[in-house]
Amino acid sequence: MSETVIKCESVYKIFGENAKKMLEESNGNVDAKTFQENGCIVGVNNASFEVAKGEMLVVMGLSGSGKSTLLRCISRLTDATGGKIFIEGQDLLHLNNKELIELRRNKMGMVFQSFALLPHKTVVENIAFPLQIKGIKTEDSISRAMEMVKLVGLDGRENYFPRELSGGQQQRVGIARSLAVEPDIWFLDEPFSALDPLIRKEMQDEFLRLQEKLQKTIMFITHDFDEALKLADRIAIMKDGIIEQLDTPANIVLNPATEYVRKFTEEVPREKVLVIEDVMDSSNKDNLGDVKVSKDDIIENVAEKILTQEKIVGVVDSNNNIIGSIKPSTIIDTVFGGRKNSS
Amino acid sequence: MEYLKKYPKLFQWIFLLVVFFALCFAIDVPETYKFIRGQAEFVKDPNQSVYFFLGKEVRYYAFDVFWRLPPLLGWLPIWINDSLFFLMNEWMPMEFWNEDTQEFKTRPLLLEISRNLTSFMTFLIELIREILLGGLETIVAFTSWDFIDAYPWLELPGLPWTIVAAGATILAYKLSGIGLALFAGLTMVYISIFGQWKPSMQTLSFILVAVPLSFVFGISLGIAAYKSKRVENALYPILLVMQTMPQYAVLVPALVLFGVGDHAAVIITMVVAVPPMILLTVLGLRAVPPEVIEAGRMSGCTNWQLMTKVLIPTARRDILIGVNQVIMVCFSMAVISAFIGAKGLGFNLLLALNQLNIGLALEAGLCISLIAILLDKMSLAWANQQQDYFGNLTFFQRNKNIIFFGGSIIVGAILAYIGTFIFKDTFNYLFEVPHNKGFSTADFWNKGVDWIFDTFFVYIKAFNTWLITEVLQPMRALYLRMPAVATLVLAVGAGYLIGGIRSALVVAALTLFIALSPWWDRALVTLYMATFGVVVSCLIGFTVGTLCFQNKKSAAFMLGVCDIFQTFPSFVYLIPVMMLFGITDTSVLIAVIVYATIPATRYTIEGLRSVPAGLHEAATMSGVNKFQRLTKIEFPLAFPHMMLGINQTIVFALFMVIIGAFIGTEDLGQYILKALSDKNGAGIGLTLGICVAFIGLIFDNLIRTWVEKRKKHLGIA
Repeated sequence: MSETVIKCESVYKIFGENAKKMLEESNGNVDAKTFQENGCIVGVNNASFEVAKGEMLVVMGLSGSGKSTLLRCISRLTDATGGKIFIEGQDLLHLNNKELIELRRNKMGMVFQSFALLPHKTVVENIAFPLQIKGIKTEDSISRAMEMVKLVGLDGRENYFPRELSGGQQQRVGIARSLAVEPDIWFLDEPFSALDPLIRKEMQDEFLRLQEKLQKTIMFITHDFDEALKLADRIAIMKDGIIEQLDTPANIVLNPATEYVRKFTEEVPREKVLVIEDVMDSSNKDNLGDVKVSKDDIIENVAEKILTQEKIVGVVDSNNNIIGSIKPSTIIDTVFGGRKNSS
Repeated sequence: MEYLKKYPKLFQWIFLLVVFFALCFAIDVPETYKFIRGQAEFVKDPNQSVYFFLGKEVRYYAFDVFWRLPPLLGWLPIWINDSLFFLMNEWMPMEFWNEDTQEFKTRPLLLEISRNLTSFMTFLIELIREILLGGLETIVAFTSWDFIDAYPWLELPGLPWTIVAAGATILAYKLSGIGLALFAGLTMVYISIFGQWKPSMQTLSFILVAVPLSFVFGISLGIAAYKSKRVENALYPILLVMQTMPQYAVLVPALVLFGVGDHAAVIITMVVAVPPMILLTVLGLRAVPPEVIEAGRMSGCTNWQLMTKVLIPTARRDILIGVNQVIMVCFSMAVISAFIGAKGLGFNLLLALNQLNIGLALEAGLCISLIAILLDKMSLAWANQQQDYFGNLTFFQRNKNIIFFGGSIIVGAILAYIGTFIFKDTFNYLFEVPHNKGFSTADFWNKGVDWIFDTFFVYIKAFNTWLITEVLQPMRALYLRMPAVATLVLAVGAGYLIGGIRSALVVAALTLFIALSPWWDRALVTLYMATFGVVVSCLIGFTVGTLCFQNKKSAAFMLGVCDIFQTFPSFVYLIPVMMLFGITDTSVLIAVIVYATIPATRYTIEGLRSVPAGLHEAATMSGVNKFQRLTKIEFPLAFPHMMLGINQTIVFALFMVIIGAFIGTEDLGQYILKALSDKNGAGIGLTLGICVAFIGLIFDNLIRTWVEKRKKHLGIA
């Protein structure tokens, strides 16, 4: 992997008066129950992970699992109780106020679940807000904001107030605002949760399109497992402040680490998540038919092609070298839920 | 027994009332008792009892403690007076440099602070006043009297009224558009040609100092309270008392501290106007969604940017209500502070009321109300202003307002100059229409009042007599007949039944303070007038509110009417009732009712509006008719909010009752008015004010506690 942008080393966030002291005494062995008995609530419990440049890490968990708290620790909207956080090598927890403001003004953008637009500013003023805070001239900031308005497809509505927009449109403004300063790191806190299902899907596609273009380093929070699977390079599943599993979508679906994770994966349509590479047989490269599929194809898209073949279908990589094969029966197994895996 | 279990609360209340009435009947009125006589007045009488406290002698008539408690707090006013005197004249003497005599002089610290504050305020007021009306004090403040004698042309000439009117119109146009511009222009022209220019500008200069200062102080303290719990805890009780303290009562201590005049009026106005501003600022800031704050932080705001660009604008709605309140209070005080020598419309209004010249009073009152509404609308428009980034404007378009204003200055000045030729022998009407030299409709109104009075005299008189003899007098007698102990039991019992032991203690403390002050009888009279006013106001308010709510348009219309009525300074309400009922309790009560009906109506409509739409639909689907829906769904759910309206109604009513003392009532207000002209009045005025505030707070505590419980019960907290 390329260079690391966000790095967390056993980050803890514990709410309550004696949190710091109790954490020190516990030697990193935090038990939520004992803490609760002493009036402390554990938000994030020993979170360690890295996010590489251009990677999208989706943190998934139900409400109260500490995912939003984790995000707020990393954006330092709240101070972590223990552990270390590095942003591009800078020790986040040791930045003074001025350095923190500089970091936020230039490197970070954030999108919120409730959009968090400023009600007294128009669309374009909202988007220009972070630029103006930085001290950029009104003219320049407005023209830059107009570019962002176009990017998120709100042309013609730049003089509307947030209250005059639909939820989806408001979130487009939120996204545009967070991108206005061209941040390297992009935090999204359940950005689509407050939207209708149809709009949500539309926004997800839009978001993928944007990310393809912009290649930001992203931490994306969601409580929707399907959304996580659709968007993520890697997924971290959280429960009670603990990261239960952190892996690629395919690995989570194929090898759930805990019972809790497995429950999520049960209902997942595998053919939509897994790609050929995840299920192919890399040892057998002989007796192949004429038809070939790429290792990056999602199973659903090529299933028909494979199932209509008599022979075993070959799998090729991007350079058209054969790297394995796949039997029609494997596809049927995957789709109809045999617990047998062959990765 | 079954009923007892089913409605335990009901039986507790009945029990309380039974005890109360039993006590009332059991305790007789002492034979020598004279109602209303102050028990600690400063006449010496061998029948009086005496006690000493903190070296102060308190004389009073002793009675059975069950009937009337002895005035154990009688020393408080005297003590406050002495402390004030000590602080002002003796405490912390220090050396101060005196400019005039060029030497150090010893002066008490507080006196020096008060003097400096006073001269600062005077300077501000004079500055604006002289820009509007002309004068030389501002120049003198920077130079000296000798200097101005040498260069007399330096005296500020004052602006011709045409320029001020044009300026106001252009400003209104820039802020809001043609509608407000028209209103501003008409207001200014009206003021001018009706000969109210000078007093209006005097009032305006007072307002233009008081409003911004109150706003700045209020919002700063509000921010401080928002940021620090400790500051909030320290401020809160003061704010609570200040909110229910009649404005009158604050005048007296101010008189001692700052003397007589406009500067004292500004300071006292700030004392009254700042508390609501603080409360609303805190309320607004608290209501800012946390994610919006986080969005601000993530945009890289410094703390200052976060406050000015995110928090305050987002809390704008509540802060604007605060500004509206500040403006309202300032205009109200513009009249009341005429008592301590503030110049302007208020002074004219009081004078006219004193002479029973209803026409003149009406004109002055109308001017105050018009300016108040104008400023209110302008401040609102200013806060809602929007910037256009995309218009490709020419130089003229961008600066047209400034150009027009510049033009109007030139035109106005030329007109004023021409005026000196046209009106050679009389006043220059193009410069300023002098007081009482404009049109006046006073005669018309006076004749109208006379006509109404002559025509309906019989009916008005009959109504008045009936009301006073059949309703008011008996009610008053009943209130005065309440023994102190019975009243205490009732108040504490109610507190306990509504809010448990905590409420009971608070209510007991507040009631005891009043009972132990020397003015219990007067407090009862105040209470009787307030009760009568509140009951009638609520009846009217609920009815009108409910009727208007039946139709969206009429509801919006009614809220608009409430807004406008609320902008009138409270004194204005006395004018029409005095027209009809002269100097009687009826006048006061009707003014109270008109004034206090505003919040009752407003909260009724708002409360009914707040009933969720889903419930309406559910009710309709269960097949209720309009009346059933009102009684079964809307009233029960809207009732907590309506109770808050009653709370406001009580405060409004108390204010008006106290102001009614100006007409002549025998309650606490009369003493406050008396204290104004008393050398030792500060302590008395303040204590009386606290008594009135406490009456308000007793009801405030009971109602708020009840509402909170009820809302929790209904799940609409």
